Amino acid sequence: MAFEGLSTRLQNVFGKLRGKGKLTEDDVNEALREVRLALLEADVNFKVVKDFINRIRERAVGQEVLKSFTPGMVVIDIVNKELTALMGGTQSKLAKSNRPPTVILMAGLQGAGKTTTSGKLARLLQKQNHKPLLVACDIYRPAAIKQLQVVGEQVKVPVFTMGDQVSPVEIAKNGVQYAKDNNLDYVLIDTAGRLHVDEALMEELQNISKEVKPDEVLLVVDAMTGQDAVNVAESFHKQLELTGVVLSKLDGDTRGGAAISVKAVTGCPIKFAALGEKMDALEPFYPDRMASRILGMGDMLTLIEKAQTGIDAEKAKEMEKKLRNAEFTFEDFLDQMEQMKKMGPLDQLLEMLPGMNKVKGMKDLKIDDRQMDRVVAIVKSMTTEEKRRPELLNASRRKRIAAGSGNSIQEVNRLIKQFEDMRKMMKQFSGMMGPKGPKGLKGKLGKGFKFPFG
Amino acid sequence: MSFFKRLKENISRQTEAVTNKFKEGLTKTRDVFVERVEDLILRRKKIDEEFYEELEEILIGADVGVTTVLKLIDELRVEVRKRRIENAEELRPVLSEKLVGLLRGEQDNSLHLNENGLSVILVVGVNGVGKTTSIGKLAHRFKQQGKKVLLAAGDTFRAGAIEQLEIWGERVGVDVIKQQAGSDPAAVMYDAVQAAKSRGVDILLCDTAGRLQNKVNLMEELNKIYRVIQREVPDAPHEVLLVLDATTGQNALNQAKLFGDKTGLTGLVLTKLDGTAKGGIVIAIRQELGLPVKFVGLGEKMDDLEEFNSDQFVHALFAGLIKEEDLAEEA
Repeated sequence: MAFEGLSTRLQNVFGKLRGKGKLTEDDVNEALREVRLALLEADVNFKVVKDFINRIRERAVGQEVLKSFTPGMVVIDIVNKELTALMGGTQSKLAKSNRPPTVILMAGLQGAGKTTTSGKLARLLQKQNHKPLLVACDIYRPAAIKQLQVVGEQVKVPVFTMGDQVSPVEIAKNGVQYAKDNNLDYVLIDTAGRLHVDEALMEELQNISKEVKPDEVLLVVDAMTGQDAVNVAESFHKQLELTGVVLSKLDGDTRGGAAISVKAVTGCPIKFAALGEKMDALEPFYPDRMASRILGMGDMLTLIEKAQTGIDAEKAKEMEKKLRNAEFTFEDFLDQMEQMKKMGPLDQLLEMLPGMNKVKGMKDLKIDDRQMDRVVAIVKSMTTEEKRRPELLNASRRKRIAAGSGNSIQEVNRLIKQFEDMRKMMKQFSGMMGPKGPKGLKGKLGKGFKFPFG
Repeated sequence: MSFFKRLKENISRQTEAVTNKFKEGLTKTRDVFVERVEDLILRRKKIDEEFYEELEEILIGADVGVTTVLKLIDELRVEVRKRRIENAEELRPVLSEKLVGLLRGEQDNSLHLNENGLSVILVVGVNGVGKTTSIGKLAHRFKQQGKKVLLAAGDTFRAGAIEQLEIWGERVGVDVIKQQAGSDPAAVMYDAVQAAKSRGVDILLCDTAGRLQNKVNLMEELNKIYRVIQREVPDAPHEVLLVLDATTGQNALNQAKLFGDKTGLTGLVLTKLDGTAKGGIVIAIRQELGLPVKFVGLGEKMDDLEEFNSDQFVHALFAGLIKEEDLAEEA
């Protein structure tokens, strides 16, 4: 698809720049043309792109670069820094009122994900030991109130409703009062989706805002939004004075250029990003990481962070020792799989690797988490004794394991074979690392070593 | 000249009301899109690099898509050289012709339904594009045509989705086949198809849960729904419609491609075109995937869903151009 082509092209251009000892203006211009296309393909608004490119051009053909020994790297650095700055620089936090409750008004177009995001935000606040209240002010869309009630139930947060015959302004006012009476410290007001050009409905929002004086007015923006994101954000900002933006549906394969556009025209920071269907899939937004994503440079930081939270350092050390002594058993293997899973879905992890989109056939490669589940099922069907001493696994035991885990005997055989290969390999490795230094390296590696799944 | 005249005659044969609705819904689109092109032509007398660049930006600003725009600009450059066009004014007819050519397909925009018997229409799309609402509007439309309609509540995932479809069912006056939230959507479809057969229904509209196209498991689930329908009714589903939000940018292409892989799309429904969104991505999708737009959503009311008509779409988009040519002819 066009997407991939562009990202590859961009990396090629950067690659070319990197190798050069001296940069002419033409070199820079060519690179910038590719950057411009990359941004446009990512749905960054064309006006924003124009300003951005001009700013970089100024810096890139100036003193800074010419003096440097590695001008290419400097240009890349400038692009990355400017892009991060464009998206708000540092991460920004949610407001907290001195006199609780803190009132948060959620607004946005139809289908942007306001109700779901409200639920997720409530869950996030709850995890930080706050007591949120959800207020249902969408009296227009069929079953919208019901949706918020179900969401509230899922995250165990109270939902304040007055049916769909009362004006939203009234509901909001009473909702805040209810929070005060019941000692709830955050009020999340879910409103109906509306077009920014719908005067009557925009006025209603203004009236709600006047009535409850929100500490935060968050605009929920679909990450897939195209060039129009600017008009929407500008218009909402003018009429409501937004304090922040939440980017929804960022777990799709969109580049999310809307993020840049929105920040650039309203100046409001993006506070959160929604990254999944589950209720706890709302994360603080990091501009620098988004910059990498838009330019197709991967998101190593998030990956590293996920690895740090997902993997227990103690366990990792222990594992390493076991590997060296070739004591690695199926029990350890199971442990390892669990830790991998904690880091999140495999395909999401792979996407964060830089250059992953350059790997041929990556798009067609389906990484199925179920495949991992199967492997886990096989291992779990072994007895403790078998897990510790894989050599016990004779034909009849294998047959039992296959039946017990719902797999074919071939699959069980394959896993055991791969596991043994891995063990052998580890032994060789540890031999090489030993005091006698590397030996017998040639020919041993690359002998078709495969990970036991996939 | 005659091109626009033909176009106009074509449209005058269609009802005035529909054209007006189209024009109204697309006002914003037209304002930004056409008038900026006009402005550009009037302001810039000469055709130079900057002219091309600005034109490029206008088109990209309408979400037409970078690849399509670059192709168009290249074609324009060739024409300009061939015809030795020097000032912008002369480029206008060439440009209009090219733009209209992009928008206007020879494709059949009508629905392919089973005339004597059950027709199944499967509606798919990402989250929040307006699938359920579009189904409600479609149901209303078919009901008005005197058809017997049944709805299948296949969104068993999102909170309140079944209730939302039920309310639409009540409004329109058609039955809804449903199971509990969280149940297997393919099972719901199976039930719905059986019910549709035994009740002698003309049209079965199947709602599905919104899903992002890169979620492998969810897309497989959708594929299963598709297979169940295929197995139970020969030739079904007769139509698989991808609902697209007009505000969506380049990602819509990915959506069309991946949903197409799993469910064999037959057409698009473009919703929320009454905002400031340009819906230009339709052009990109038509160019790159050849999928026709079958319906457009132009408002919040029950009857705010219109059959897509490329003539009317072009007319609404280029109203400014057509008017001026009329004046020129009169003079």
